Amino acid sequence: MKDIAQTRPVPRAINWNRLQDDKDLEVWNRLTVNFWLPEKVPLSNDVQSWATLRPEERELTIRVFTGLTLLDTIQNTIGAPAMLPDVQTPHEEAVLTNIAFMEAVHARSYSSVFATLCSSKEVDQAFRWSEENPHLQAKAAKILGEYAAGADPLKRKIASVFLESFLFYSGFYLPMYWSSRGKLTNTADLIRLIIRDEAIHGYYIGYKFQRATETLPETRRQELKDFAFALMFDLYEIEAHYSEALYDGIGLTEDVKAFLHYNANKALQNLGYEALFPPAACEVNPAILAALSPDSENHDFFSGSGSSYVIGKAVATEDEDWDF
Amino acid sequence: MAGLVYFSSRSGNTARFVQALGGPAQRIAVAMDAPLPMPLAPFVLVCPTYADGTGRGAVPKQVIRFLNDPVRRGLIRGVIAGGNRNFGATFARAGDVIARKCNIPVLYRFELAGSETDIARVRAGLNTFWGMVCLTTA
Repeated sequence: MKDIAQTRPVPRAINWNRLQDDKDLEVWNRLTVNFWLPEKVPLSNDVQSWATLRPEERELTIRVFTGLTLLDTIQNTIGAPAMLPDVQTPHEEAVLTNIAFMEAVHARSYSSVFATLCSSKEVDQAFRWSEENPHLQAKAAKILGEYAAGADPLKRKIASVFLESFLFYSGFYLPMYWSSRGKLTNTADLIRLIIRDEAIHGYYIGYKFQRATETLPETRRQELKDFAFALMFDLYEIEAHYSEALYDGIGLTEDVKAFLHYNANKALQNLGYEALFPPAACEVNPAILAALSPDSENHDFFSGSGSSYVIGKAVATEDEDWDF
Repeated sequence: MAGLVYFSSRSGNTARFVQALGGPAQRIAVAMDAPLPMPLAPFVLVCPTYADGTGRGAVPKQVIRFLNDPVRRGLIRGVIAGGNRNFGATFARAGDVIARKCNIPVLYRFELAGSETDIARVRAGLNTFWGMVCLTTA
């Protein structure tokens, strides 16, 4: 008995009332409030719209969704669990298991879309395509290499942020594009729920990466930064080929690439790094941005659209109604 | 030109945005019991958004605590809100909440730590804005 006690740490029950890092509870709360299942989205309302797509557009859409399913599957079964041994707090472990589970929900959602809209033959063909497409397989292999046992835990976090905040977007582009043209709008609603979750995942893993690196010596920090930018270059090259193979046929590749640049920069910001792609390369089609955040207030003062604002001199609120 | 007051959590996105803007800026601390900035002149608030899927909890508690004081609230002239477009309809929601509560304009919305374009627009925008504020209050 004594030997076991000396070699194994004491199992500890998680105490959410003693936090080492407030961010754990903040993110846990946000993820759990945002919990959803695909059954919540009336996908069958897209059946008519699906029928208006040309056969090659349908094939493209199914392929894109199998590609997204593959990334979600990897993050569910390998990526998020691979970060568990290197957590800094017990609460981080709990958040990561939530992330892992939601990735399973995302992967499951694409099959709901398929079951609602597509024939099983089309879907089987697309899954076969996903196993054979060299670019999709290359990005999976690149990420899995960083997740492998014995890999650097901080580089694993970098790869995880790039999966969550960059690699999905060559795929997310398409349902946002259809939605901007009034097509597959319910499917787009479901994808937006996934996008919302992935944004929190990328933010949180990136935040934990920053916390883990803030006390490291400068040489190690520089090594990690060099690694991150090199990995982004490699992944970007794969993504560019992947996008060309998918989107050249409907002439959208350049539009997709702008979206990739914009999201690559955001992924780097999640790690605390500066942007890689210059502003001119990141001019995302406004229709795609609008599809990402529909109904959000977009008029602001500095963009010129708010020139009719009256500048309030005195503040009219009461103290009571401010206490929210 | 008057200054900025900002809040940034330990993820540091808003802090990096404000740093890139340059100019005087006071930070509202993360610790709830830390002393709060006491601006003596009109200021613009830069605030990130923490809304859940329904839009609740958009304004960080620290910022609410800061604005709960009528003297400070009387000096706010505009809000610049951070967020992430991936949160859909609640993108930069903190800006809308604060604007409504304080009867001030949302000056700008940016994502995460902002882009080069955001920094240039906000720098130019703030210069113009403070000119207008001085004219209207003169």
